[in-house]
Amino acid sequence: MQTLPRRLGVAVVVAVIVVFLSIKLNTFRDYQIAEIAVEVTAVAGLTLLTGLSGQISLGHGAFMAIGAYTTALLLMHLSWPFAAVLVLAAAVTAAAGAIVGAAAARLRGPYLAGATLMLGVALPSIAYAYQGIFGGDQGLNVAFTAPGFLGASFPLTRWQAWVSALVALITLVLLANLYYSRIGRNWRAVRDDEVAAALDGVNVAAARILAFVVSATCAGIAGALLAIVTGLVAPGAFTLTLSISLLTAAVIGGLGSLPGALWGSLVIVLVPTYVTDVATSNGLSSSVGSNIPVAAYGAVLILVMLVFPQGIQGGLRRILTLFTGPGPKTPTWRHAPAPSAEQARASQHEKEGTS
Amino acid sequence: MKRPQHLINRARRGRWQAAAIVTAAALAAAACSSSSSSTPASSSGSSSAALTASAPGITPTQILIGSHQPLTGPAAPGYDLIAPASAAYFSYVNAHGGVYGRKIVYKYLNDAYDPTTTASVVRQLVLQDNVYALFDGLGTPTHLAVVQFLNSEKVPDVFVASGCECWNSPTTDPETFGWQIDYVREGKILGQYVKQHFAGKKIAYFYQDDEFGQDGVKGLDDEIPASMVVSKQSYVDTNVNIAPQVAALRASGAQVVISFSIPAFTALLKLNSLKLGFSPQLVVSDVGSDAITLSGLLESFAKQGGATVNGNALTNGIITDGYLPTLGDMSNSWISLFSKVHQEYDASAPFDGNVLYGEAVAYTFVQAMFKAGRNPTRADLVSAIEGGLPQGPSVAPYAFSSSDHAGITGAYIGVIKNGVLVQEGPVLTTDTSTSGAITTYTGTEQQAPASGIPSP
Repeated sequence: MQTLPRRLGVAVVVAVIVVFLSIKLNTFRDYQIAEIAVEVTAVAGLTLLTGLSGQISLGHGAFMAIGAYTTALLLMHLSWPFAAVLVLAAAVTAAAGAIVGAAAARLRGPYLAGATLMLGVALPSIAYAYQGIFGGDQGLNVAFTAPGFLGASFPLTRWQAWVSALVALITLVLLANLYYSRIGRNWRAVRDDEVAAALDGVNVAAARILAFVVSATCAGIAGALLAIVTGLVAPGAFTLTLSISLLTAAVIGGLGSLPGALWGSLVIVLVPTYVTDVATSNGLSSSVGSNIPVAAYGAVLILVMLVFPQGIQGGLRRILTLFTGPGPKTPTWRHAPAPSAEQARASQHEKEGTS
Repeated sequence: MKRPQHLINRARRGRWQAAAIVTAAALAAAACSSSSSSTPASSSGSSSAALTASAPGITPTQILIGSHQPLTGPAAPGYDLIAPASAAYFSYVNAHGGVYGRKIVYKYLNDAYDPTTTASVVRQLVLQDNVYALFDGLGTPTHLAVVQFLNSEKVPDVFVASGCECWNSPTTDPETFGWQIDYVREGKILGQYVKQHFAGKKIAYFYQDDEFGQDGVKGLDDEIPASMVVSKQSYVDTNVNIAPQVAALRASGAQVVISFSIPAFTALLKLNSLKLGFSPQLVVSDVGSDAITLSGLLESFAKQGGATVNGNALTNGIITDGYLPTLGDMSNSWISLFSKVHQEYDASAPFDGNVLYGEAVAYTFVQAMFKAGRNPTRADLVSAIEGGLPQGPSVAPYAFSSSDHAGITGAYIGVIKNGVLVQEGPVLTTDTSTSGAITTYTGTEQQAPASGIPSP
């Protein structure tokens, strides 16, 4: 495929930008880069699941928890190198994704939303039930240090940002390949019309399960990154709010779009910090100031949905079209519907799932 | 609708290039408010030395400190008053000359009692805002998420707002100090009282399932014979449905329930018990028993459930303990000082136990800053506290030394009567060991300075 080198090229450019920014900016910005990388890894998987394969998940926080706890336990008890830990964490989450995916393949719309919701709520409670292994409410501490050759004064947060961004980029490149491959086309076919897809020889159940596995694996990788970035894995981090915020990021960015996953993650990570800074620097009373980020989050969500019903990426695409005139907008497939119809279908699925 | 391949490729290329460019732009935008300032360490000076930027967060005119606080979420009711109260006392100090002329700037961020958010906001305070010290970070699970980070960054982590024994680890966490009485000591003092005053009664525990509750239970178990305890029920702060636990307490026939809970769950325990017609004697740890907070919570929770209750009537008779003077005692010099500061700088909040706590811990911080010297480094603050601090507003002495980072060592037993905590009996001090005796404190309590500001 001649597009693969091109995607790698873009990834390298982004990597260079991240390295440049991480050196140029203060160490807290490094931490935020790492947070964005964690978020984008999970959201990218979810946006493919919901946008491409048409399945909804309100329980992706649970997959992040699986990845994070696997990472914490391996680092704590076996002191494996992080790369190996990451692979195993991804594998464990993939297995969990396959189990849930097998059930999810039979469920539609609100029933699927309900089942995954249950997963998202129930799974973190296991940490309370087995405190000896999972450390209960306190969770597990994760020791992660920068390698010695970088020197003692190298900031840990910059190393965390590099590792997370690298893993996120590799994940995105792999997902982009999947997006344009036969598998991605099968997902779209299944989403748009299961009967037609089946008549075309697509194994509908297998395609849906595979989508869930891929998506869960991304969440697991994100969980592993979260573990090394925050240095703590505790059930309080994997509440329903996390699962919802992942879905929110996917919708804000534009369902089914990988660049959209990045926009959504930027909004989710940066808006609360920015608004808190504004609120505190304007000397608002703490009872008002502390609630403003929550309100701003809601306002951004409403605004994006009103102005860009297809998410930020959809909006950008529309703005670009104004300048360049209508052109090819989506990867084509034999009977590819127009992109707007595609997006509309996707958000339709989304509505069905949550109502 | 088949498009020529080169058009598809061009479109894809265009989109990815655009993505890369906008990514760069967005990340650059994220950066524009950033600033990195590093300040060189310098020697501490004599009494007349010029004020210098002696440490990160310290300039000739100000001392910047930070904190993480639950301003929203399950732990917010009550606890969200603490940081504004501390800020009020700092404003009072700033208006009366500050600390060696420097004004204290207190930046506290909301972590909603979620450890991941705590990890993020504390990094913001340390890495971006360059705070001199982290002051009064609130909560056991939340603060545990940042202890390792603060100690590796060598940021003084003073007077954690939690009674977990875990802050007292001078060898592994040399920067971290507790302040309030720890839950083990508290459990022992409450346990001894229950053992003496409710002999032969059936006793049950209700506790938060984390270090907070478990430390408390450890202290209780030191004092109360296992044969008296008929049931131990725990809750997690993310699940407000505690009906099963309360049903189990009732089924056990408990006559006394000892609760190590945050205020919201003390209120839920009381309301769920009412619903079942179960009315044991409640004994509640200090952090979960502020009468004004509880009364408000009871009334608002009941209202949500469509019922009306009288909060003060429901808190009547709750046994608890206290390590600061009782709120209603206006003849106490500390209460009159803190009430005056509260009137002047924080009047919109009720003058309750949380406000008293916030002001008292802020007073202790100012004591430590004066002791750290005119141009303190971060290490100076740590060694100042390790050298011991005068007792100040607390009813019992601090344990601070180079080998002990625990705070207040004792408390008195009190009973809530008509919405006010009333002291019953003397101040008792003890240690955290199983065998450590509980003794009556015979030292005298200090008087508040007339200026309201600790002397250098």
